[in-house]
Amino acid sequence: MNRPIQPTYTLDKVGEENFALNLGPQHPGTHGVLRVVLHMDGEYILQADPVLGYGHRMQEKIAENMTYPQALPYVCRMDYLGALSYNLAWVLAVEKLCQFEVPERAEAIRVIATELNRISSHLLWWGAFLLDLGGFTPFLQALTDRERILDILEEVTGSRLTYCYFRFGGLPSDVDEAWLTRVLDFIKEFRDRLPRYHDLVTGNVIFHHRSKDVGVILPFDAAGYGLSGPILRGSGINFDVRKHEPYSGYDRYDFEVPVDQNGDCLGRYNVRMAEIEQSLRIIEQAISAIPEGPVRSKVPKLIKAPEGEVAVAVETPRGQLVIYIVSEGGKKPYRVKYRVPSFANLSIFAKMAKGQLLADALAILGSLDMVIPEVDR
Amino acid sequence: MMECCYIKEVVKGFFSLCTGMRVTMGNVFTRPATVQWPRESAPLPDRFRGHIMMLADDATGYPKCIACTSCARNCPSQCIIVTGKKPEGAKKKMADRFELDFTKCSLCGLCVEICPVGALDFSRDYALASYTRNDFTTMDLLQELGSPF
Ligand code: SF4
Ligand code: SF4
Repeated sequence: MNRPIQPTYTLDKVGEENFALNLGPQHPGTHGVLRVVLHMDGEYILQADPVLGYGHRMQEKIAENMTYPQALPYVCRMDYLGALSYNLAWVLAVEKLCQFEVPERAEAIRVIATELNRISSHLLWWGAFLLDLGGFTPFLQALTDRERILDILEEVTGSRLTYCYFRFGGLPSDVDEAWLTRVLDFIKEFRDRLPRYHDLVTGNVIFHHRSKDVGVILPFDAAGYGLSGPILRGSGINFDVRKHEPYSGYDRYDFEVPVDQNGDCLGRYNVRMAEIEQSLRIIEQAISAIPEGPVRSKVPKLIKAPEGEVAVAVETPRGQLVIYIVSEGGKKPYRVKYRVPSFANLSIFAKMAKGQLLADALAILGSLDMVIPEVDR
Repeated sequence: MMECCYIKEVVKGFFSLCTGMRVTMGNVFTRPATVQWPRESAPLPDRFRGHIMMLADDATGYPKCIACTSCARNCPSQCIIVTGKKPEGAKKKMADRFELDFTKCSLCGLCVEICPVGALDFSRDYALASYTRNDFTTMDLLQELGSPF
């Protein structure tokens, strides 16, 4: 079905109550350059049309014109909040294609870094979501803690946002004991601070009124729209790539997949909050069982992939990312396809926003945790 | 009955607000989480990535680069221009021109990693500002080093 992007109202039809409203492209509530054309009846939404592509950078085409290592920094720039998961997916895909080995120590460090990145992403979401709902304090609280994670990650990766730390066959540099201790210290302090988050928001009555039974996604729809990540789990479907198709040694760690049956904004909120705690658990286990040894296996300097195709799935903070590479042999891939989680997650927004109050639509959009450059890629 | 529920809600709401306010007020007496730049600055980690810079040979003070161009070929954004020639009497080539287009650089570090002689490294320069764009489109990395040419 081809729905018109421009509102279909003519001037004579526009009344006091019926009008079209442009949400975005530069609206703070859309968290990026997403434009949603809302057809309104007073405060209620009749129809919502997301308009995508403002940040389209031809990521797939760029990757096809680059050698495998050259594409590394580009992949990480799709999802700027969960860059390490993207980094991980790309190296895993190429490692699978070329059958490179990865030392166990490197795998453990990858898990630690990726989980730290997941927590920082969830923290920013937490702050931004509550900012959408009108609370400013949570944002500052979350950023204070997130900043400490960024400091920790900066120490090993050298960057604060668009990390590019993993390499084919392992890592470019090892971490030292002091860094691991620093991570453990952070976990301890963060555990002490987590109850504050719940005091501030989770038990708050206003928050409950804004999020409970708002934007309910039924499990049937969640599966049908191809949602993934905390949104899918917030609708009662237990699926997490880390658990069900373990990669990078996630099967060695003991963690739970939080699921909430309600499917509303509060359900998604609860899932993410519980996920933060699970990530802390994973990091602790990874650090306590970290093996000694090299962090990079022998890989050729000039990477020539054999003919073939691979698909690798990774659980990013926003859901399931699949990278599919077709190689005809040689230094560059023939075809690259990114299946990004936010794109699928956004697709249900039009259905959910229908009949909602405008303020609730923003709450729903916030609870979906969009990263728009990832949608547009 | 209805009214009783309503009052309950109000009381519950009041208490949840108080809990939240307690967290907020608790922060009034903590140390500030920010630093007052430019009077103070946050510590830079060792692996901080500023723009890339050329390292000098300890013995001669000339650039270490042997102008093999692998950094230029491997850079995803094609932002390095390097040429070189042999100084008189020397066996190896040496860079006589090394320009970085910092506006395109993504600070990925592939050039630093690929360099066979370890001639490149990240600088610790982060407070970069200029009135003209040209200062960054053609950054001459050899400027501060000695030259045999
Ligand atoms: S850091 Fe990356 S983008 Fe910048 S010059 Fe080096 S290879 Fe090119
Ligand atoms: S890779 Fe190193 S030696 Fe080769 S041109 Fe670049 S800086 Fe010079």
